[in-house]
Amino acid sequence: MSGVSRLSAVARIRAAADGRGSTALRELTGDGPLALRRSRHPDDDGAAHVVLVGAMAAPLGGDRLRVEAVVEPGARLLVTSAAATVSLPGRVPAPAHYELDLSVGADAELVWRPEPVIAAAGSVLRLWTRVRLAPGARLHLREEQVLGRHDEPPGRLTSRLTVRQGERLVLDQSTDVGAGAPSGWDGPAVLGCRRALGQLLTTTRPLSVPAPTTGLAVDTAVDAAAFPLGDGLTLLTAVATDAAGVRAALSPRGGPDGRAAPPPG
Amino acid sequence: MTDLAIPAALLVLADGRFPAGGHAHSGGVEAAVRAGRVGDADSLRAFCAGRLHTTGLTSAALAAAAAAGTDPTALDEAAEARTPSPALRAASRRLGRQLLRAARAAWPHPALERLADALPGGAHQPVAFGVVAAAAGLGPAEAATAVAYESVSGPVTACVRLLGLDPFQATAVLSGLTDPIGAVAHEAAATAALGDVDLLPTLGAPLLEISAEHHAAWPVRLFAS
Repeated sequence: MSGVSRLSAVARIRAAADGRGSTALRELTGDGPLALRRSRHPDDDGAAHVVLVGAMAAPLGGDRLRVEAVVEPGARLLVTSAAATVSLPGRVPAPAHYELDLSVGADAELVWRPEPVIAAAGSVLRLWTRVRLAPGARLHLREEQVLGRHDEPPGRLTSRLTVRQGERLVLDQSTDVGAGAPSGWDGPAVLGCRRALGQLLTTTRPLSVPAPTTGLAVDTAVDAAAFPLGDGLTLLTAVATDAAGVRAALSPRGGPDGRAAPPPG
Repeated sequence: MTDLAIPAALLVLADGRFPAGGHAHSGGVEAAVRAGRVGDADSLRAFCAGRLHTTGLTSAALAAAAAAGTDPTALDEAAEARTPSPALRAASRRLGRQLLRAARAAWPHPALERLADALPGGAHQPVAFGVVAAAAGLGPAEAATAVAYESVSGPVTACVRLLGLDPFQATAVLSGLTDPIGAVAHEAAATAALGDVDLLPTLGAPLLEISAEHHAAWPVRLFAS
């Protein structure tokens, strides 16, 4: 039975500079539920654009999904997704694992901007995003997580983000929230009563970093702060009542830079 | 030596009166009180449970690994990567420096001199704590227990001042957390025993980090963090 319901899939993307100022996709391999589609970059003819397309319901409990992306020196790659990733309970009472392994070469650029991950009621998902940046690499990585679909109890979502610049570890942090997480995850130290969280890791200084509040005696709908990391990286962390609140907090006015402005919608 | 005895050095090191500067820090509860998220014993209990199971576990494991002899500079890099907030990084290093200063008088040991030389800007507090615990003759599990306990005793003590919370009620919050503190310390020591820095817990608490940045910008505050 478990052999039927457990699934293991690895998708691979490799973008390389083609020597004429453009980017070629040297490898674009989908696998099972991880389908990849080549698209036209909305506003940069020299960059490649890949859309992650959910071909079937995944991840389910017990699944092991992995996406590997390599952006070779000088190449530029945008990755988006066609829809939110919804984690669902599987037939086996095991967590689903979803790993991203992202590597950005010297003077290369990766914009990783998928739709949110939603942990449906009863699901258990473990996300792990590993990023390796070469000197001069540019990054714009957005992760948004929502506990529960509309009006349903939260699933469990464990998420870890590990970032190295060269050999130097500059960020290694995780959250473990939702139903079944250790006590206090929905308390005033971790999420409060919020159900959405997000992080934006960028080498471009955000144009509008949330101004520190001087401490109003009210609980706001969105809390966010920016943290400088490593060599020229900024981490923006936001906690909000819903996905729209997180998206707004992680979308600096005017886009992260001229070229990688978020497409409308 | 008996197996059942609690080493007195652990009591000295974990005592809130140990002059390591911890009394000046609220563990983030001052910001939570001002935001209206903590206002009574129940919300304080939820705050403490969240802190214990996130940064409390992460810190306890770093301390246990340091007490077990893992290279403190590697652990310090791991602590830095697990603490993105500049305000919390600065507070942790300041507390590490103060702890080391007090410990060099209390338990003189070459390992403390080596740590001070290796990290002149101050080691992160849990890393310093583990090295100090070993110098005081304590083991990884004891270091983890003390750090897990500290992760909640600071906020509870601070709330007596911030909220005028009844000290009996405050102590009841702490006594109600002794089993989870033990469980967190056990997990911390078990992961530290694996001997691989990358396998140490990485859990953080988003609201603690966000509000620490805001708190550091307040013109007037009771606590340093």
